[in-house]
Amino acid sequence: MCQCLSNTRDMCKGRQMPIMYHSREGNLFSISGNLTTQYPQAVGWAMASAMKGEDNLAASWIGDGSTAEPDFHHALTFASVYQAPVILNVVNNQWAISTFQAFAGGTREPFAARGLGYGIPGIRVDGNDFLAVYAVTQWAAERARTGAGPTLIEHVTYRASAHSTSDDPSRYRPKEEFEAWPLGDPIKRLKQHLIQLGEWSDKQHEDLEKELDKHAADSWKEACTYGTMSEGPSLDPSNMFEDVFKEMPEHLKKQREQMLAEGDK
Amino acid sequence: MAQMNMIQALNSAMDIALSNDPYVVLMGEDIGYFGGVFRCTEGLQRKHGEHRVLDTPIAEGGIVATAIGMGVNGMRPVAEIQFADYIYPAFDQIVSELARLRHRSAGDFYAPITIRTPCGGGIRGGQTHSQSPEGIFTHVSGIKVVMPSNPYDAKGMLLSAIEDDDPVVFFEPKRIYNGPFDGDPDKPARPWSTHPKGEVPEGHYTVPIGKAEIVRQGNDATIITYGTMVHVAEAAAASSGIDAEIIDVRSMAPLDVDTLRTSVQKTGRCVIVHEATRFGGYGAELSATVQEECFWHLEAPIQRVTGWDTPYPHAFEWEYFPGQKRIINALRAVLEA
Ligand SMILES: Cc1ncc(C[n+]2csc(CCOP(=O)(O)OP(=O)(O)O)c2C)c(N)n1
Ligand SMILES: [Mg+2]
Repeated sequence: MCQCLSNTRDMCKGRQMPIMYHSREGNLFSISGNLTTQYPQAVGWAMASAMKGEDNLAASWIGDGSTAEPDFHHALTFASVYQAPVILNVVNNQWAISTFQAFAGGTREPFAARGLGYGIPGIRVDGNDFLAVYAVTQWAAERARTGAGPTLIEHVTYRASAHSTSDDPSRYRPKEEFEAWPLGDPIKRLKQHLIQLGEWSDKQHEDLEKELDKHAADSWKEACTYGTMSEGPSLDPSNMFEDVFKEMPEHLKKQREQMLAEGDK
Repeated sequence: MAQMNMIQALNSAMDIALSNDPYVVLMGEDIGYFGGVFRCTEGLQRKHGEHRVLDTPIAEGGIVATAIGMGVNGMRPVAEIQFADYIYPAFDQIVSELARLRHRSAGDFYAPITIRTPCGGGIRGGQTHSQSPEGIFTHVSGIKVVMPSNPYDAKGMLLSAIEDDDPVVFFEPKRIYNGPFDGDPDKPARPWSTHPKGEVPEGHYTVPIGKAEIVRQGNDATIITYGTMVHVAEAAAASSGIDAEIIDVRSMAPLDVDTLRTSVQKTGRCVIVHEATRFGGYGAELSATVQEECFWHLEAPIQRVTGWDTPYPHAFEWEYFPGQKRIINALRAVLEA
């Protein structure tokens, strides 16, 4: 939340758009806005893990539309050639902004089938079935850990809301399409399943929802005390000159001084 | 004449090109059924058909590569790259192929394609929706590189670009799609209807590539700029009372050296303004040209006002953006030297 507010506790120091967060401790890599660029990087990370004799594995996710970028093929080729311990996921939510997955060729042949051409097992999973996703990911992780190589997983799902806050999906798809989507809502499905098993109840679910809503609201309130883009404490803008390089070169030092001297707006 | 913002002017240019030339096709991500994320191609697929206005896979290299192939085979494709920040996957096709095709085939093959792409910051887009990479392309021989600063030029230059037999990379400063912007984000947005260049003929006309325009006559110093910064420079001249002559470069490659030379020889002082980063940027080419052409007339060292040499920081875009104050400081520096 602090990252979304670009505030004094933002790990990106105000340099990235909302949700482009990362976590060094959590092994969550820095997110780039350029589609698919990190898919082959995950393969390289996994190759390094194998080279160093470690049993860590890498996982990366892209969208259906993003499979059209050449980086998708770079990832599959390198993963196949070096049998890298990596899980390559395609989240097929049917839409890439306004274009249907057909514009990435997904209706001719499932994205999972792309693995075959590279000799990589490709699995298509009901992405709205929590347990199926869990099971297949476990299987792929096991393969990676035991040196059996990469796995491509296509998660079939649906992008229920807009692509972004400035997107209006009613311009390119029927409003009711999501209602008609056969695979339903993953949370509702898991809930029903657990209730049928006798492990969960409507009451428990409602309580959990309330608890999580409150947790989110409280976290947001707390995050706001560390500054929002318009109010409260804020980062020093001159920090933008840091981390361009490990050591700040002379021309950047000079530019930073100029910025501070001009108190610019 | 009609009132148009830049989006409508570009749309009108493409509509006319599609109507006049059956070999013109548009292609790009989300440009067809949806009409583009900035709505520049709105209604064109409905009017001209799916075979003329193509939604493409998300593969910028593929878009440019197939446009080249179509261009070689007699078509005149106009490709949209959704943001200039996403043009790099197409870089190899543009630099190694598109730019050199005519030369390496001794004129036997060429691809008359136009690549449109929105550039520049000021929309809270962070480092991947704000870049101004024009200088990376002006460094490549064999492509024309242009950037209009108003609706009138946008339409006339886009028609010139589409009709040009050489490839043109056409940058669209997205911050001024809907209205001129003087660099002050706290002011209410101004629409193009308040600006004389928001008056645009409905029919066909062209604005030549390779010609700069003097947008403000002045005697004390010359500001050489383009895109969004034309409007910021105009506001800086107005608010400082400095009698600056302002040149809108419009066409970065080829460059209208005559207009630059005449102006700087008259004023003897020169400030170069662009939003892109400074080091190795297009301003360095402008500065070198002015130095070569006007050395004996210069009364002060040339000043450059640019974006800082860092990625565009999401939270601090107004500290990054070269605003009026920095332009005025540079004007004072050349006047006091
Ligand atoms: C290289 C590149 N090209 C274009 C874009 C603009 N863009 C951002 S998201 C998007 C659609 C992505 O669709 P998909 O891969 O299906 O992912 P989803 O958003 O559906 O998860 C596009 C075209 C980009 N960010 N990077
Ligand atoms: Mg998608």
